[in-house]
Amino acid sequence: MVEERNETLIILGCPEVPVQQALALHAADRLNDAGRDVLIAGNSAVLVLLKVSDPKKVYVKKMVELDRCIDELASGALTPSTCIVFAHNDAGISYATTIRYLFEGRLIVVVFGREAEDLAEQLEIPCEMIVEKAVHNPGKLRKKLDEVL
Amino acid sequence: MGCVEDLGYEVLLSMASFKECREYVEKHFKEVYYVDPGFKIFEKRIIGVPPIALGIDGDTVILPYTKPCHGTYLLRVVSSDDVVMVRKSGRDKP
Repeated sequence: MVEERNETLIILGCPEVPVQQALALHAADRLNDAGRDVLIAGNSAVLVLLKVSDPKKVYVKKMVELDRCIDELASGALTPSTCIVFAHNDAGISYATTIRYLFEGRLIVVVFGREAEDLAEQLEIPCEMIVEKAVHNPGKLRKKLDEVL
Repeated sequence: MGCVEDLGYEVLLSMASFKECREYVEKHFKEVYYVDPGFKIFEKRIIGVPPIALGIDGDTVILPYTKPCHGTYLLRVVSSDDVVMVRKSGRDKP
């Protein structure tokens, strides 16, 4: 089934760095208020954290398991207009690059964590990139994210 | 062809970077093919930074397998059918 194109897909990495979840919920809230459909993808650990954090689905209305999300992007079953990818490790850079190959629309990559600057140098794809060495404090990243949302 | 988790596999590298996996394949295997991110094999889409190197060794395929929390593993999976598929679909050069 082809999704409508008023959708923003947020792709989360490993949940070990605390700012990711705070920023994902913040971005979802902003996008919900703007009238956009929001779909959040992550591995099972990420999705369980979101379900527990938002039991009434105030912020996170739709979720999809990461492997299924990638497969649906590749097959064309999922066609968001914007993707926001969170990356704080080597795997995150691999996922962001893969998304770029599978998705032609607007791509925002949020590179964060202690190695943010080194990781950002490895990201050689056309995208909007937000980089900040944030681990526990999401303040600076939230401000940068707000500027592009 | 089935899912890699059902077929069984040997782990050649664990918690590696995509770059380390590519270099290992190019260094240790004579028959190497290159594919783009999203290439489907063993019912999974390959995650990575291009060029993604796949090795062929006898009736086994050597491929990277990325997990969000654990980096990239380099796996060896026995599958004659997928050896044929990679030879047919992959590129000889990056």
